[in-house]
Amino acid sequence: MLTKRIIPCLDIKDGRTVKGVNFENIRDAGDPIELGALYAQQGADELVFLDITATNERRKTLSELVRQIARHVNIPFTVGGGISSVGDVSVLLQNGADKISVNTSAFKRPELVDELAREFGSQCVVLAIDTRFEDGDWYVYLNGGRVKTDVKCYDWAKEAVSRGAGEILLTSMNNDGTKQGFALDITGKLSQNLNVPVIASGGAGTMDHFMDVFENAQADAALAASIFHYKEIEIPELKTYLYQKGVNIRF
Amino acid sequence: MKTVIIKYNAGNIRSVLYALDRIGVEGVVTDNPEEIRAADRVIFPGVGEASTAMNYLKERKLDLLIKDLKQPTLGICLGMQLMCKHSEENDTPCLGIFDVEVKKFQSPVDNLLKIPQIGWNNITGLYSAIFEHVRENSYMYFVHSYYAALSADTVATTNYVINYSSALQKDNFYAVQFHPEKSADAGQQILENFLKIQ
Repeated sequence: MLTKRIIPCLDIKDGRTVKGVNFENIRDAGDPIELGALYAQQGADELVFLDITATNERRKTLSELVRQIARHVNIPFTVGGGISSVGDVSVLLQNGADKISVNTSAFKRPELVDELAREFGSQCVVLAIDTRFEDGDWYVYLNGGRVKTDVKCYDWAKEAVSRGAGEILLTSMNNDGTKQGFALDITGKLSQNLNVPVIASGGAGTMDHFMDVFENAQADAALAASIFHYKEIEIPELKTYLYQKGVNIRF
Repeated sequence: MKTVIIKYNAGNIRSVLYALDRIGVEGVVTDNPEEIRAADRVIFPGVGEASTAMNYLKERKLDLLIKDLKQPTLGICLGMQLMCKHSEENDTPCLGIFDVEVKKFQSPVDNLLKIPQIGWNNITGLYSAIFEHVRENSYMYFVHSYYAALSADTVATTNYVINYSSALQKDNFYAVQFHPEKSADAGQQILENFLKIQ
């Protein structure tokens, strides 16, 4: 049976991981390649690298980094952050990324999703959505959560899937950073109504939170950053816990 | 020993090169017929669409060449599907090395099936030299919307709503639907086994 996936997310700035303290067993926790390889070895099912570099040099730095990750990491990985054209994606895939994620650029120009799916296949096009619950519904936010839109999260997700997005990476801004658990309602709504996998993100604090999002919201994958980086939860122990609880997990 | 990766208009070739590199083997990416024929091992990778890929191969007469290869040859993902007889993806006649039909996953009426299948699934009924030291029910990384049906050449089975061939083997031809190059240590073992086949 297809397993649920555990996905650590690494924020990258100028070729270095932004969060990444507390790893005494590796030489350089700021090195995304070493950290990624460690997570892979520990049983992570996939990795997401989110580039938050703002400088003009970013493309060159990122493509070189992607090449190094692909060389050293033997599990699939997604690269996101500032991707806005077929050309951007082509470079990243050619350097060895398995998937790319688009967010604001796709919302502003939805045809981008069609273009990417047609050129590279839906399987490598991940649509990332930052969403916040307010006034009775979940709305799409852009630019890393700084800009509100009037579009409902579900509507945008549905449109993007019809345009060819192969996966949805859904981050609840209400839950992100709270460690109070994932947003089960919106995750469940997307997962049960869209025929593409949904990766839940934002709010992981305990191992039971992962259990909840898999069992009660039917998420296909769960993503977290700081709880893994700060070793509040370690991947082998998390996978053992989920396995014992009857969740389909890869060992 | 020389290992070539067939160059054509399909993705993930670099990932295969890197995976070979991790086990200390230098792969050569080429569409040169002489170089492919002379190789000790041939890998036929691919992520893409069947008819586009077949057209590309035919234009370069690589279709005939691949069928006639005598050395151990490994198809991966789309490479495996192209080694079958026919694919439902744009009704494409394929190489016909395996007498197998490639079909699209269908949602059961009462259940929403996510297509493509993306993620880790287990392989069972392992019966090939490429699975030496690979344990039954090992997990492999899959990304696909079409599958090869079960056949006499099936050497590994996976279930996604139905049971299908996650690996095929006939004579010197080996094929896997999953991505060994992305399937952690178990995937690496399969690549190592393929390179060791006598």
